[in-house]
Amino acid sequence: MWQPEGMNAIKPVDAASASRVSFFITCMVDVFAPDVGEAAVRMLRESGCEVSCPLGQTCCGQPAWNSGFAADAARVARTSLDALEADDADAVVVPAGSCATMIKVFWPELFELVGDHDAAARAQRLGAKTFELTSFLDARPSPNRVDQSAPAHRGPTIAYHHSCHMLRELRIHDAPLALLERAGCTIADWPDGDRCCGFGGLFSVKLPETSVAMAEAKLASLPAEVEMVVGSDSSCLMHLAGRAKAEGRTIAFRHTAEVIAAAAIAGAAIPRKGQA
Amino acid sequence: MSGHHTLGTATLRERQASAVADTALRGKLARASEIFTTRKAGAFALIDDVDGLRQAARSIRSDINSRLPSVLERFADNVMAAGGNICWAKTGAEANAYIVNVAKRIGAKTAAKGKSMATEEIELNGALEAAGCEVVETDLGEWIIQLDEQTPSHIIAPAIHLDRYDIARIFDERANAGGIEPIPEVMNAFARGRLREKFLAAELGVTGCNLAIAESGSILLVENEGNGRMSSTLPRVHIAVMGMERIVETWAEADLIVNLLARSGTGQHISVYTNIVTGPRRPEDVDGPEEFHVVILDNGRSELLASDLHEMLDCIRCGACLNVCPVYRQTGGHAYGWVYSGPMGAVLTPLLAGHVEGSQELANASTLCGACMDACPVGIPLQDLLLSLRRTKAAKAGAAEKAGWRAWSAAWSHRSIYEASVVAATSPARKLAGSRVATKLVPGAGRWALGRELPTPASSSFRSRWKKGDL
Ligand code: SF4
Repeated sequence: MWQPEGMNAIKPVDAASASRVSFFITCMVDVFAPDVGEAAVRMLRESGCEVSCPLGQTCCGQPAWNSGFAADAARVARTSLDALEADDADAVVVPAGSCATMIKVFWPELFELVGDHDAAARAQRLGAKTFELTSFLDARPSPNRVDQSAPAHRGPTIAYHHSCHMLRELRIHDAPLALLERAGCTIADWPDGDRCCGFGGLFSVKLPETSVAMAEAKLASLPAEVEMVVGSDSSCLMHLAGRAKAEGRTIAFRHTAEVIAAAAIAGAAIPRKGQA
Repeated sequence: MSGHHTLGTATLRERQASAVADTALRGKLARASEIFTTRKAGAFALIDDVDGLRQAARSIRSDINSRLPSVLERFADNVMAAGGNICWAKTGAEANAYIVNVAKRIGAKTAAKGKSMATEEIELNGALEAAGCEVVETDLGEWIIQLDEQTPSHIIAPAIHLDRYDIARIFDERANAGGIEPIPEVMNAFARGRLREKFLAAELGVTGCNLAIAESGSILLVENEGNGRMSSTLPRVHIAVMGMERIVETWAEADLIVNLLARSGTGQHISVYTNIVTGPRRPEDVDGPEEFHVVILDNGRSELLASDLHEMLDCIRCGACLNVCPVYRQTGGHAYGWVYSGPMGAVLTPLLAGHVEGSQELANASTLCGACMDACPVGIPLQDLLLSLRRTKAAKAGAAEKAGWRAWSAAWSHRSIYEASVVAATSPARKLAGSRVATKLVPGAGRWALGRELPTPASSSFRSRWKKGDL
């Protein structure tokens, strides 16, 4: 991971102690999956946070960055950086592994590359308090507000899609699984669970045949008992669901936030961390 | 005669599309790469501190490359001290000219070749054959694809895209194997018989070089079939061709790199043969060539060394990144269009074959999933290098593409315009998104719809719900 000189000193914020969080919607959730955003906000509140959503934010700039257009990416990213910074919350939470990676890992590099050292330093500070949603929720110590005496909710048998940036840049593997298990899900062993689904942003339309073939191969290894594929990036899910429908599959595709929020509504006892 | 590369004759998308349309190919690739990755896990299970080993390998590689000229000088001096010859080849053409000259001088009619990607890169076979010297690939996989006039589809397993039925057919059609049974042992025996004749006839042996060791002027060749040993000992003259970065200073460093090489590539603890060649035959030796030459190939590497992407020269050509790459697993190596494939090929092709039309496109042949970086035994940040290549490509993009991104960033750096686009996307017209009409109106939708159902935007955006205070 790239680090500007002298920046190593920035201490990461502790998710457990944050009381007010800024929610970074992401453009994908904003337009295609607002229910995911709602579920995320509900669960953040459930974990004891006050949630704000600074509407000056737009997109993280990832499409342009991954296409090599750094200046255009920086322009859009700066808008979101300004909005999130001005909100001045204890933490920023993002319901998408790849956008969280963009902020935490690539924003400082991006701004540095285009010569905006000030924004790079600000992005570094913002990155230190930015969390991918499931890793944030899993780290919360606050007692959940769900009725602990309610009968445990039996969730679906799911297969979890580990999205690439979340797994290999942010190294988040266990947090979403822990949340889903506590929400009563049975997690099936998916041999290709950590293999790229083939979305890859604009890769999905630049090289559509390969993108589809990758989704097909990934879906082909789904265990038969799986009722639902769950992931923490709506974009991957949209791609996988699109392929599954074209193949005539009836399996459901849901974001982790939706599954755990549904369980919370159903009255599942979701023990706090360490209690499961 | 070997096959032809498709770079420059078809676009990346066309090459990939025709590869993934071959479902049998995808099945073969999945099986083979799975075997490699499973074995790799087994081979590394015995090492206590894998990360420490990778770190050490990485620092060796970058240290050597940071002082490459002096390490190469030391190597060259020691090769000559041991009685060998050195050719410094700036280009592939210079390397080929040197080798053809040697072949002509000794009157070589047949050259036995060990596996070497560097000679694929410079298209040595064609040059030797044009000079009247028959070239026989002696690595089994290489021989199979040579018979069928194909090119390698994997840097360590050149015929990974073929199964035993394909191979039996090639032996029948191209080597008159007379209805050979598709049984590995039978086919191996057949190949061994044919190749042995060639080894005995060959006046010239040409091999690659996995690693040169500067302190003793030796080259090291790893292989599994014994053909590298025969190519380097039986013919009267042995020429090894090495990319100029394929070097370490000391045996201690070589030990560490070799330890990682076989484990990462084929998942072996060590290759069946690890050959070390130091100079030609000495009077007391029972075998070995009368002449030994090393061709040190630059062919664009000096430029690469001086660039921001120099880390690519740390590559030890193990093939691990190909085996884990989800794109490679669907398309195979030929779709990359040139000599090197998989993530390392996607980086190297624009750098080493930059003059060939379409080479810059290779930077797009990745989802940037990062599996390659995790797999790489020397920790090359392949994803970062691909991103850097994309920036180079973007800087040279056409006016329309640049204007498109400019318009996008101008719009989405303003809350009001971004919101207007969200409102438009979630308006009643959104229903069109899932329909065929969208494939005409929305950029990319037509391509998305090739094998995927189009998503429909929600009826109200998240931000509109938030503003209304619904949540
Ligand atoms: S880039 Fe790394 S993993 Fe790929 S071939 Fe080179 S050394 Fe092996």
